[in-house]
Amino acid sequence: MEKELRLMKGNEAIAEAAIRAGVDGYFGYPITPQSEILEYLMEANPYERTGMVVLQAESEIAAINMVYGGAGCGKKVMTSSSSPGISLKQEGISYIAGAELPCLIVNVVRAGPGLGTIQPAQSDYFQSVKGGGHGDYHLIVLAPASVQDMADFVEVGFDLAFKYRNPVLILSDGAIGQMMEKVYLKPYIPRSTVFPEWATTGKTASRERNIITSLDLDPDGQEDFNHKLQAKYDDIKKNEVRFEEFMCEDAEYILIAYGTSARVCQKSVQIARGQGIRVGLLRPITLFPFPSVRISQLAEKVKGMLSVEMSAGQMVEDVLLAVNGKVPVRHFGRMGGIVTTPDEVVDTLKTLFIGGK
Amino acid sequence: MKEATGIKEIIKPENLAYQRTEVLVDNTLSYCPGCGHGTTHRILAELIEELGLQSTTIGVSPVGCSVLLYHYLDVDIQQAAHGRAPAVATAIKRLLPDSFVFTYQGDGDLAAIGTSETIHACNRGENILIIFVNNGIYGMTGGQMAPTTIPGMKSSTSPFGRDVKTMGNPLKMTDIVATLDGTYYVTRQSVHTPANVRRAKKAMRKAIEYQKLNRGTCFVEIVSNCPSGWKMTPVESNKWMEANMFPYYPLGDLKVPSEEKGK
Repeated sequence: MEKELRLMKGNEAIAEAAIRAGVDGYFGYPITPQSEILEYLMEANPYERTGMVVLQAESEIAAINMVYGGAGCGKKVMTSSSSPGISLKQEGISYIAGAELPCLIVNVVRAGPGLGTIQPAQSDYFQSVKGGGHGDYHLIVLAPASVQDMADFVEVGFDLAFKYRNPVLILSDGAIGQMMEKVYLKPYIPRSTVFPEWATTGKTASRERNIITSLDLDPDGQEDFNHKLQAKYDDIKKNEVRFEEFMCEDAEYILIAYGTSARVCQKSVQIARGQGIRVGLLRPITLFPFPSVRISQLAEKVKGMLSVEMSAGQMVEDVLLAVNGKVPVRHFGRMGGIVTTPDEVVDTLKTLFIGGK
Repeated sequence: MKEATGIKEIIKPENLAYQRTEVLVDNTLSYCPGCGHGTTHRILAELIEELGLQSTTIGVSPVGCSVLLYHYLDVDIQQAAHGRAPAVATAIKRLLPDSFVFTYQGDGDLAAIGTSETIHACNRGENILIIFVNNGIYGMTGGQMAPTTIPGMKSSTSPFGRDVKTMGNPLKMTDIVATLDGTYYVTRQSVHTPANVRRAKKAMRKAIEYQKLNRGTCFVEIVSNCPSGWKMTPVESNKWMEANMFPYYPLGDLKVPSEEKGK
């Protein structure tokens, strides 16, 4: 099948892309604003189309543990949820990271804390990039800024997950999940019929039994494993950083924003440049690994950086670490489910860095 | 010298009456002396070997005393988060439908933190075998009260005996899952005497064979002892189990397939 152009919600695009990417199993539980993923999959007959299993679990906790079971069999499996549900999954995600299993997790973020609101936010950044559950681990975190990204990142995510035997998180938000845009859908990839040698698929005479576990009661063994994980994360930091730049070449000020905020900031750059202020935008596509090296380079040649996120200021801490005091770094963002406007960003930039509006 | 030669004469393969089954790995068990886990492992290993299932079996171990199940059974095994084994097994069986998938769980794992996963996997009728070893106590963490601790029974968190007025009543999970439409075969057994071992093995063989029919969840409870947690000798613990646990958790089939009834 050729590439196909469709008008879809971000959530629907992820679901359709999953079927086409040859995903073996999806396990989910309803929560706004991401329920369309499960709804779409139930309606799209993936089992008849590709043999993909879709199951509505009894809880977020059950769903992530189903992902553990499927991933342990070497299958391409995924789940999706929104912030409170992702919090419930954290123990399971820690086990998945500890057992080094590949899988895809989608968080269509809503504002918190607690039940919060169903409107979009970016306040799960810390939870996503710093680990989230217990123990020293990282997810590979991809931040889509369009419906097209939602579709494309399914395949990208599984490629990274299997390359590193590591869970991958698509950190989206309620705006990208719910908005409709045109999206090019890729042709079908057949579901895999060969599985990694570590997978539990039944012990044959030709190999030792396979064990999926995150347990090592011997502290020396556990520390060795922790070192191994950290070495893997170093490789990921070296090889997998993705970002895009918009008008950074001659910029005096850099906006740093991902996802919905990056789209807002693209407009802010245009407004500011219309007023004669040379502003550029760096949009991290991977939040872990973070584009620290590039931000550090840019810090050599600009006057200041404004981290724009729909949170109280979480990513700004990673920007500060990357800049390491070379230039002033500030944060701006709306919270509680309110999407920042482009003008607010320009006004804040002027107030914080240039003086006056 | 003469005697030693005599023993060597006797120790020959053809004279062996009892030996390690192939599916049991030659590792030292981590279980306390007199505990029922070892016997239950052995039954399971014998059946996997006798039914020729080693290459299609995927087991799921819990958090608790049997967390290291994968050290002892020579089959592919996933170690699940506390209580989540039935969810893990659900996905394995759905994605590898030709495999034999079992969970092996204690009462803290299955009947407390994993109540939801147990009930929903059974209610969906997942085609898996759930083996539930119930010794009325949290063994690994040092003998705390479990949901299955019987009234008046002492534990480290019910040091004066379980008071049902403040600590609630024991949960009879096997009785609960027997009422669900998704379960196909539900039975309660023990492994504390040779006769009971034979009955338990027969029941577990049935459960494994029923699994091939894909008609729902099979659930085998083994009422067992915990000499360390109960602070008794193995012999005392078995006597105590007969006198106190069996009246509360009577042995026998709780649900048999309708086509088997009257046979």
